[in-house]
Amino acid sequence: MTGAELVFVPLGAVALGSSVLVVTTDQLVRAALWLVVALGALAGCFLLLAAELVAWVQVLIYVGAVVVLLLFGIMLTRAPIGRSVDLDSGNRVAALVVALGTAGTLVTVVVGGFRTASIDLGDGSAGSAGTVGAGLFRYWVLPFELLSVLLLAALVGAIVLSRRDIGPRARDGGED
Amino acid sequence: MLQAYVPLVLLFALAGAFALFSVAAAPYIGPRRYNKAKLDAYECGIEPSPQPIVGGGRMPVAYYLTAMLFILFDIEMVFLYPFAVSANALGMFGLVEIALFVATVGFAYAYVWRRGGLDWN
Amino acid sequence: MKTTAELIADDPLWLSIIKVVAIFAFGVVMTLFMIWLERRVVGRMQHRPGPNRVGPFGLLQSLADGLKLAFKEDIRPVVADKWVYFLAPIISAIPAFLAFSVIPFGPDVTMFGHHTALQLVDLPVGVLVILACSSLGVYGIVLSGWASGSPYPLLGSLRSAAQVISYEIAMGLSIVGVILRSHSLSTSDIVNAQEGGWYFWLLPVSFVVYAISMVGETNRAPFDLPEAESELVGGFHTEYSSLKFALFFLAEYVNMVVVSALATTLFLGGWRAPWPLSAIDGGVLNTGWWPILWFVGKTFFFLFVFVWLRGTLPRLRYDQFMRLGWKVLVPVSLVWIVLIAASNALWNTPGVTTGQRLIFFGVGIVVLLVFALLLPDKRVADDEEFVPVTGSGYPLPPLDLSVPKSPPRRRLPAAPEPAEREMEPAAVAAADKETGDGSL
Repeated sequence: MTGAELVFVPLGAVALGSSVLVVTTDQLVRAALWLVVALGALAGCFLLLAAELVAWVQVLIYVGAVVVLLLFGIMLTRAPIGRSVDLDSGNRVAALVVALGTAGTLVTVVVGGFRTASIDLGDGSAGSAGTVGAGLFRYWVLPFELLSVLLLAALVGAIVLSRRDIGPRARDGGED
Repeated sequence: MLQAYVPLVLLFALAGAFALFSVAAAPYIGPRRYNKAKLDAYECGIEPSPQPIVGGGRMPVAYYLTAMLFILFDIEMVFLYPFAVSANALGMFGLVEIALFVATVGFAYAYVWRRGGLDWN
Repeated sequence: MKTTAELIADDPLWLSIIKVVAIFAFGVVMTLFMIWLERRVVGRMQHRPGPNRVGPFGLLQSLADGLKLAFKEDIRPVVADKWVYFLAPIISAIPAFLAFSVIPFGPDVTMFGHHTALQLVDLPVGVLVILACSSLGVYGIVLSGWASGSPYPLLGSLRSAAQVISYEIAMGLSIVGVILRSHSLSTSDIVNAQEGGWYFWLLPVSFVVYAISMVGETNRAPFDLPEAESELVGGFHTEYSSLKFALFFLAEYVNMVVVSALATTLFLGGWRAPWPLSAIDGGVLNTGWWPILWFVGKTFFFLFVFVWLRGTLPRLRYDQFMRLGWKVLVPVSLVWIVLIAASNALWNTPGVTTGQRLIFFGVGIVVLLVFALLLPDKRVADDEEFVPVTGSGYPLPPLDLSVPKSPPRRRLPAAPEPAEREMEPAAVAAADKETGDGSL
């Protein structure tokens, strides 16, 4: 076992453990914080797999932006400090079944799809910005351009959902 | 490659130890004189008004919208980084690609602007 | 000749530890020094001496203040969330220091008989590390405001966080311009790429956008809305005292130093000697330990500008601030990025004549103009009678009252002179009170 593999196992355990805590804790903000830990550990895993760019993008986007959005949402509704008893839905068994089912499907698909594929991590240049950029912009052009359409849809959706008070028909149903 | 991260972890440990020590030591170094008023939330000397537990004192939704815009532009930004690194190798093809990308997101941006999503009042 | 990354990879552990301690000390000492410098310089700008009692020129004032803070009572409001309240100052302090790790302080030197570079780590994604650190710093702000459980900090933290994330976009986009020229995300490569010319004049738009957004990103005057004393008491750290407060303060100043150091690295040639000096003796001033001097000097230039801005400009309103960020800086950088990418691609493609290049740029400008015409800004109020209603349901009187022009001054024989003079000391005293001890 190499040093990287030795670190990978505890990192994976941290990611898994904190993910479980995200859904089991009964305090809203702490759930978000455990999510940060889980995503951070995942970034560490990416790093160990020599995907340096992806690892830092994970920190930048998921930890630095997505969870901040979640925290904003929590604060906008004034999450109470302390326990919220209504966080537990009572459908634990169903949730567990769905979660395990999803995990099983994903693992099967990934293992089945990439069983024989291998990447030579070598000097670590496989995940560098240059390699990723060349691959992305040369061979994955369509997904990349589709992504911009996705961003467009997301922006429009954000506006339509969050700000009914503005725009052309602003003042009939307007409450701030 | 991973050895490069060892000093980073060391710096993290040092800064973390310092911060942890400061936070943990503060109650023991300083004096402790009990006064009920000190433990209240600060509201300029007046009695803190009780906040409703749920649904009270909501914040303007514009903050949430800003965070959403942030994510979307952050995503756009991180795609521009690998492009910038390999821009020369990609040549004209890369330029057309990125111009299309920026234009599409720019279109969305113009929509947000027009609908007043960037306005604060 | 080894690259910086290879040099650093050869560092033994003890050397790494020395560098780590040195960087940490640099951050702390710069903070103490900056607080002193800021109070002295702002003092000068306001015709008063500033702190001059503790130590020579008052240099030890910040140290004394720091020690004083440590011996203050540590208060935790009863409504606070205990763990998050403790965690927030730690979270805001750590990333501030981490961002230093990729800043190149100088080229290769011999340190204790070991050949190494004056940089802690040289990651191929260096710039992303700094951006990631600054986005992690947002957690400290958001969590501290929420965990305090009182309204002012919560408002302050939301404002502050929204401000930081808005300007982070502008900052990140301005850096893309630099990457388009250096073709590397590694900070040492960026410095090396500036051998032929510093980027502040090669990429003026990027530089200006970065310079504005770095002030917004660090919540400094004139963008210091999160701590607008008149509105929000102290902002997100209102409920913090003692060393916890000191940590927030430390993080703020370290962040200031980090963005200044990054500005130096990206736009002012990093550790490179300025032009007339760099020509001396075949560039001897660009080797050995000299570069640290240039690096720190340039960083101090930016830090001084921070202080200068604080002493000069009044605070912006929140909507003005957000408008500047989202409606000016972001579109300007996007257009600028496409422009640089286009000129890069055109000049690197063989067989393109100058005429074709010009046609291409002409088309680009026309497209831009059309685009600009698609962006109508002013929304005209459709009915003039409309009275805006605030969230609480109280109608607000129209705020468009036009102030009549002040009548032209007429010189009366004797009376007005003393009245005018009486005003002055009061105004000065008020200004002193406002900004005088604002730094602690």
